[in-house]
Amino acid sequence: MNKLIQIHPNDNVLIVRQRIEPGDTETIHEKEIVFDKTLGLGHKIAAVDLRKGDIIIKYGVPIGSATIDLNAGTHIHLHNMKSDYIPTYTLDEEFIHAK
Amino acid sequence: MQGYLRSDGRKGIRNVIVVAYLVECAHHVAREISSSFKGQSVHLIGFPGCFPNAYADRIMNALCTHPNVGGALLVSLGCESFNRNRLLDNIKASGRPGHLIGIQKQGGTRKAISEGKEWVANALQQIESVEKANINITDLVIGTVCGGSDATSGITANPAVGRAFDMLVEKKGTAIFEETGEMIGLENVMSQRAVSPGLSEELRKSVEKAARYYTIMGHGSFAPGNADGGLTTIEEKSMGAYCKSGNSPISGLIKPGDIPTKSGLYLMDVVPDGEPRFGFPNISDNAEIVEMIASGSHMILFTTGRGSVVGSAISPVIKICANPETYDRMSDDMDINAGKILLNEATLEEIGNEIFETILQTASGKPSCSEELGHQEFILTYKTFEPIGPSCLPA
Repeated sequence: MNKLIQIHPNDNVLIVRQRIEPGDTETIHEKEIVFDKTLGLGHKIAAVDLRKGDIIIKYGVPIGSATIDLNAGTHIHLHNMKSDYIPTYTLDEEFIHAK
Repeated sequence: MQGYLRSDGRKGIRNVIVVAYLVECAHHVAREISSSFKGQSVHLIGFPGCFPNAYADRIMNALCTHPNVGGALLVSLGCESFNRNRLLDNIKASGRPGHLIGIQKQGGTRKAISEGKEWVANALQQIESVEKANINITDLVIGTVCGGSDATSGITANPAVGRAFDMLVEKKGTAIFEETGEMIGLENVMSQRAVSPGLSEELRKSVEKAARYYTIMGHGSFAPGNADGGLTTIEEKSMGAYCKSGNSPISGLIKPGDIPTKSGLYLMDVVPDGEPRFGFPNISDNAEIVEMIASGSHMILFTTGRGSVVGSAISPVIKICANPETYDRMSDDMDINAGKILLNEATLEEIGNEIFETILQTASGKPSCSEELGHQEFILTYKTFEPIGPSCLPA
């Protein structure tokens, strides 16, 4: 894992620490992943296979859940995960979700 | 480690004379006095307001009797409402040299500056003989804050400070974190770490208060730029700042000026109580640094990605740079290069250890980069707080 970092031992995502280019390979849990797109610093990759509804763990805590099944190595972002945060008082929609 | 023993039993890692203006009208005179001792431990602090404010009064009293402070010169114009006599009495009652100059009474600017310089020169000699004592980790109170954050902050510097805080708390030191405005989405995660159910509820309420306050101020938390940087949810973004607190149990919730009663990890609630009255909770990073110092912080761990340069009056600020490119550009200002984690040149654990070692060296007297550069930023403005509830401090 040269370009990825696991921030907390319990995390099921890895974080891009150096920009990934198409064709780059990384070995995650003895499985070789070939990337087909550019991924910038700070983006998330599934560290293990995840099922729809599984909790995404980063910093050792839940940061949302998967909205579809995800294979290890998949880029995780707005298109395949969602926030599970329900504020105890009403916030504006735009305040909670990035557009 | 050797420190300075104060009459309340607390120990300082620095021995500073503060020159404190009690209204903006006395700022120039106070600055002229303090700046004539450039390179010596004379720091300028003050409150600019003419109208009374219980919070500012409390913070000024806490700062003038802070363990890093050896004595205080108060500079008053004369007609402002600050309770100068009570502050002077508290300084003297703490065993510190203290003195009050009234500019109107003294006969104007020149005479006030002259008398102030003379008093500070004597006080500097006087505090050299203050009793020394061994300092242990258990004596230390360390605050943390982030400023000028970027996408690297939550990957390198902030989790590394979390590692250092875990070590500090495990060795029975005291750690303070804050920024409830950046913990929205983490009410459950944070309240589960509380040492008691009552505290758990207080932690939750502090984040709800912050969310409400910032909404009224028209200040959302999640911006489109966050998603470009790979952040998907509000919980994730908030964790990037909150991870500075590490994984230890949370022992208490304090407000600015409250001193932690036992070792452990404390959340500082910096968001004013009641309806917003005086604007943003903290208008710049130094406002919360001042508050953490008022609660006894001996030093501040400041994480930055884009490159803040600030230090502080009274307590050293240690700069932990998250971004390796920023570090290359601004290395004179940075004590620790956490950006090495991105380059695969260090692990989070190694940087966490380096931060912990730097805490010990700074406590032993080694100047931080901002101290060497002469940074002594200070800001204090109006706020309103209710006292903390009975569940907030550990039994």
